[in-house]
Amino acid sequence: MKVRIDHERCQGHGRCYDLAPGLFGDDDEGYGTVLGDGTVPPGQEHDARLAELNCPERAIDVVEG
Amino acid sequence: MATDDRFTEDFREAREDELLGTIAEVVTGPVADWATDFSHVEPEWAADPYPIQDDLRQRCPIAHTERFGGAWLPTRYEDVASIAYDTERFSSRSIILSNFRPPRELAPIGGSPPISSDPPFHHDARKLLLPAFTKAAVHRQEPATRAFCHSLIDGFAGQDVADAAGDYAQHIPIRVISDMLGFPPEDGPRFRVFVEDLLEGINLPPDERIERVSRLFDYLLVQVHDHIDNPRDDLTTYLLNAELYGHKLGPDHVVGTMALLLIAGIDTTWSAIGSSLWHLAKTPADRERLVAEPALLPTALEEFLRAFAPVTMARLVKEDMNWHGVDMKADDWILLSFPAANRDPAQFDRAAEVVIDRTVNRHAAFGLGIHRCVGSHLARMELRVALEVWLERINEFTLADPAAVIWSAGQIRGPRSLPLRIR
Repeated sequence: MKVRIDHERCQGHGRCYDLAPGLFGDDDEGYGTVLGDGTVPPGQEHDARLAELNCPERAIDVVEG
Repeated sequence: MATDDRFTEDFREAREDELLGTIAEVVTGPVADWATDFSHVEPEWAADPYPIQDDLRQRCPIAHTERFGGAWLPTRYEDVASIAYDTERFSSRSIILSNFRPPRELAPIGGSPPISSDPPFHHDARKLLLPAFTKAAVHRQEPATRAFCHSLIDGFAGQDVADAAGDYAQHIPIRVISDMLGFPPEDGPRFRVFVEDLLEGINLPPDERIERVSRLFDYLLVQVHDHIDNPRDDLTTYLLNAELYGHKLGPDHVVGTMALLLIAGIDTTWSAIGSSLWHLAKTPADRERLVAEPALLPTALEEFLRAFAPVTMARLVKEDMNWHGVDMKADDWILLSFPAANRDPAQFDRAAEVVIDRTVNRHAAFGLGIHRCVGSHLARMELRVALEVWLERINEFTLADPAAVIWSAGQIRGPRSLPLRIR
């Protein structure tokens, strides 16, 4: 499982790095960033889904595989 | 003495001569039909707008009024989101709906950039502010905010009843933003007056409204000159030194942004804190659960933001058009109600209920699209700390007198008087 951010959609609400700080961070302007290559470590799948489902801009995708 | 020739006496006069907007007739009084005559400044709306919005969403999802020179009120999430994203057809050059429309030439900068700005200028003006309002940057304000909240509660010693709006919620954002801008903390009471002048005085006669708004700008100019003489590490000095496109910012830009940061941070957060305490005071089960489970607070506060979103924005229609079935005219207002969007049953399960453990909550309290509230991380920090300290210090509280709760009218909604029995 991997997480991705659509940077065209992200407006820096920060819900992803609030809810899933192990998967997301922020840049100097508060826009969301994916930590590492976005691979979701075991045990953090729920956080990944929460981030996806709470992004007001629908900028986050969780992709299987 | 330092000088900065951007801020000579006459810079505002030059601007006023250049730019003349249009003024609509002031219409007040009871609303005949909310679908065709709405007014968000009438007492019925201030007291409880949600049944009105729910009714409109069912029978007339894009309501209209002839007041304010013509305005539209969409109440479905989908329509609110579409307008928020559509900066091609809707301008932000004035985001407070009133009887005065600034001229089109004010775009794309607007009077208080970047909230009043349209693309492409908006992006560059916003970029200047973002680093000061990241989660990490606002985290540095947290210890002082927490200590200040404790000091306010200390002030309730010996009282059975406390005004959670006037004597708690109000003071928190005022203290935080005056620290960030570098304004004297003792000026706080004046900020409340500025907020009321700007946001609630929209139906005053035009001359009086202009005079009241100019009081804010007179104050800001005093702060500008103080910072030119005594530069320091705060947002005012930052704005005075900031550059865009190789030049320092224009004086209108500096002072307009200072006005935005001062006004936008105050009654919005004040409202969010007050509405949350109002809900907890009248809902013992939620209050008891949050006292017992403090870790639930971050989830609960998102629900308070959804259910009691304090902020409604405005837009101006750029050109005549048929939009989602209604005939909009150039310069019609849009009342962009994030509160109404947040209670749309098509978007949220149990939309009318406050569900403090709602884990999927894609609310729009801080807006959608390029104008996402620049202070959202600051607001969330203040709201969380204010509620944490209150719940830690005052476990049991109830409405002292439900009839004494007074809600603000206009685009920012929250309790302005909230007497709570605290022991």
